Amino acid sequence: MGPLPTSRPSRLRFWMVCGLVLALAIPLQLLTDAGLFPAILNPYYLHLLTIIGMNIILVASLNLLNGYLGEFALGHAGFMAVGAYAAATLAAKVLPASGALPPILGTVLTLGLTLAGAMLAAALVGYLVGLVTFKTVGDYLAIITLGFNMIIVNAIQNIDALGGPRGFTGIPRNTTFLAVIVCTVLTVAILRNLVQSSFGRVWVSIRENAIAAELMGVDLNRAKNQAFTIAAAFAGLAGGLWAQYQQFITPRSFDYIKTTEILVMLYLGGMASLSGSILGVVAYTLLMELLRNLLSAFAPQFAEWRMLISPLILIVIMLTRQFGLMGNREWSWLRPERES
Amino acid sequence: MNLRLLALLPLLVLAGCKPTAQELKIGVSAPMTGDISAIGQSTKNAIAIAQEEINAGGGIKVGDKLVKVRFVIEDDENKPESTATVFQKLINQDKVLAIIGSQTSKCSNAGAPIAEAAGIPQVTPWSTNPNVTKGRKFIFRACFIDPFQGRVVAQFATEKLKAKTAAVVYDVASDYNKGIAEVFRDEFTKMGGKIVGFETYNTKDTDFSAQFTKIKGGKPDVIFLPNYFNEVPLQIQQARKLGITATMLGGDGWDNPELVKLGGAVMNGAYFSNHYSPDIDNPIAKAFIATYQTRFKIVPDAAAALTYDCAQLLFKAMATAGKADSRAIREALAVTKGFQGVTGGITYAGSGDPVKGAVVIKVENGKFVFDSAVNP
Repeated sequence: MGPLPTSRPSRLRFWMVCGLVLALAIPLQLLTDAGLFPAILNPYYLHLLTIIGMNIILVASLNLLNGYLGEFALGHAGFMAVGAYAAATLAAKVLPASGALPPILGTVLTLGLTLAGAMLAAALVGYLVGLVTFKTVGDYLAIITLGFNMIIVNAIQNIDALGGPRGFTGIPRNTTFLAVIVCTVLTVAILRNLVQSSFGRVWVSIRENAIAAELMGVDLNRAKNQAFTIAAAFAGLAGGLWAQYQQFITPRSFDYIKTTEILVMLYLGGMASLSGSILGVVAYTLLMELLRNLLSAFAPQFAEWRMLISPLILIVIMLTRQFGLMGNREWSWLRPERES
Repeated sequence: MNLRLLALLPLLVLAGCKPTAQELKIGVSAPMTGDISAIGQSTKNAIAIAQEEINAGGGIKVGDKLVKVRFVIEDDENKPESTATVFQKLINQDKVLAIIGSQTSKCSNAGAPIAEAAGIPQVTPWSTNPNVTKGRKFIFRACFIDPFQGRVVAQFATEKLKAKTAAVVYDVASDYNKGIAEVFRDEFTKMGGKIVGFETYNTKDTDFSAQFTKIKGGKPDVIFLPNYFNEVPLQIQQARKLGITATMLGGDGWDNPELVKLGGAVMNGAYFSNHYSPDIDNPIAKAFIATYQTRFKIVPDAAAALTYDCAQLLFKAMATAGKADSRAIREALAVTKGFQGVTGGITYAGSGDPVKGAVVIKVENGKFVFDSAVNP
C-alpha cells in the first residue's frame, strides 16, 4: 500500500456530488408525495430515474466480479431474484402489521428490514456460489454461474408458497423514488471505497495475475468469496427494491435474459469503472426510452424498429470504443485521491 | 464520439412529447417485439380497424361535439419491467384516458398497480390469470379467466364426449398451463370422472414419451393438453406413435394457424376451448372478420378479436360517460351490461371479470370448425 494521501480534494468532491444528488432527490420526493409535480419531471421521468437507480446498483455490483475481479459471472439476475423474493416474502407475509406505525416511520422501518433481509439472503447465496466456484476460472465459472441462475429461477417456479410460475402478487409498495436514490448513492459510495481499499487492490491483483497475487500472500479463495458475497448482497438489494416497487414479480423476470441486460449495460459503460457503470445504465436506459418517444411521436409506423436500432447503436459504440464508454477510467470526482 | 453529447439525451426525451390536441387518447400496451410479437401484430391490426371505424363516424360525442379517438401503441416486449415503463409513459406523458393491455397476464399484472394508483381504467384483452383484476377497481378484461376455461373443457369432456377417465400433460413452468390443468383436474373429478394421469414437463422440452408411456397404462378416454400451439402437435404425434387413441383436448393456447401447419393430419379430431370462433353466427364477428381479412389477408386470432372488443367497450363507456374523464369512464365501464362484441356478450357484475361464454372448436381436415358454445 502506498503512502497516505496528503490532499483530499477528490474525497470532498465525491461527497459533494453525493450530497447534491440527495439534496435534489428529497424535494422531488416531497413534491411527488404532495401531488405537485414540477412540469418537467412528471411521474414517468421519476419512474425512469428510479429504474436507472436500481440498474446502477445491479451494474456496479456486477462490476466487482466482472470488472475488478476479472471473472465472467453470468448469474447476477439469480442473486437479484433471491433478494426480490426474500423482500417480497418479508413485506407481504411477515411484516404486514407495520401499518400500525406512523406512516413514514412504518415505511422506512419496513423497507429497512426487508432490504436488510434481501441483502442477507442474497449474500448467503452469493457466499455459497463463491464456495462452489473456488476451483473454476474463466468459461467454467461463467457456466457454473449461469447454471446457478437457472437453478434459482426453476426452484422458485416450483415453490407454490412463492407463487410458482404465476408470480408473487400483493407486495406492498414500500419502495419510493427517494429510497432508491439513497440506496444508489450508498451503493456507489460503499463500492467506491471498497475498490480503492485493500480489498479492491487484491481483486485487481487477482485479475492481473492470479499466480503472482498468490505468491504475494493473497488468499485467492477468500478474496473471491468476499467479492461474490458483496456483489450478491447488492444485487439482492436491487432485487428487494425492485420487488417492492413493481409490486409483482415472476421467476421468468430473473432468467439469463435479465443477466444479459445487466451485462450489456456493464460493457457499454466499461469494465472496472464505477463511472462507467453509472454512465452505461443512464445511456442505455435513456437510449431505449428516447427511441420509444421519438419513434412514437414522429414515426409510429416504425415503432417496432426500436429493438433493431438500439442494438445497432450499441454495436457501433462497442466498435468505436472497445473498452466501453469509460473502461478502466473514472470521472475525477470518483477517482481515488492519490491518482487525482 | 463526444461524451458530452450524451448529456443532451434527456433533452431529446423531452422533445419527444407533443402538445395534446383536442382528441380522446387511449393507450395500448402490446408485445410488439419479443417472444410473442405475433400477438403484438394482431393487437396493432385490431386497433387500426377500431380507430378507423370510430373516426369515420366523426368520433365519440363528448359534451355537445364529436371528438376523434387516437390510440397510442407502445411496445412492452412481453416483459413486466417494460410494461411498467410503458404504463408510466402512457399515463403521465401521453395523458391517456384509458389503457388497453397488456396481452399476457404477467405484463398486465405489472401494469395494473400503476393504472389503479393513477385512476386510469385498464382493459386487458387476453390476460386470463385471475390475479390481474383481483381486488382492483380500475382493471377490467374482455376474456374469461383460466378457471372458467378448465371448467368448460371438463364439462365438454363429460357431457359431450361422455368421458369417464382423463389424463393431463402440461408445462409446469408456465402459469397459464398450470392454472388450467389444475382446474380441469378438480372439475373433472367433481363431475364424476377419474384422472388417471397428471404429468408435467418444462418449457422447450421436446421428448414427451416418458409422460405418455405412463399415461397409456391408465387408458384415458381423453387427454387434456393445456399447452401452447407450438408444442401441442409434437406431443400428440408422440402420443399417437405410442398407440394412444384417446381424444385430445386443449385450451385457447391452441388458437393459432401454426397448430395445423405443424401437426397436419395428426391434429384432426382434437377439440379446444376458445374465446371465439370465426364460424360463429354473429353479425358483429362476421363484419369484423371480413374487414380484417380484406385488409391483412389473414383470419383474426382470438387476441385480435378480444382487442377489438376492448376498444369497443371503451368507446361505449366513453360515450356513456359523455366526458373525457377517466373516472367517469371507469364508472360507465363497470356497469356495462349486455355488450355485444366479436367474442360474444360481455356484462360486468361487480368485478372486472366479465360474465361471458366460451366456444369449443374442433380440428377437422386441418381447419378450425365451430363445435359448440358453452355458457356459464
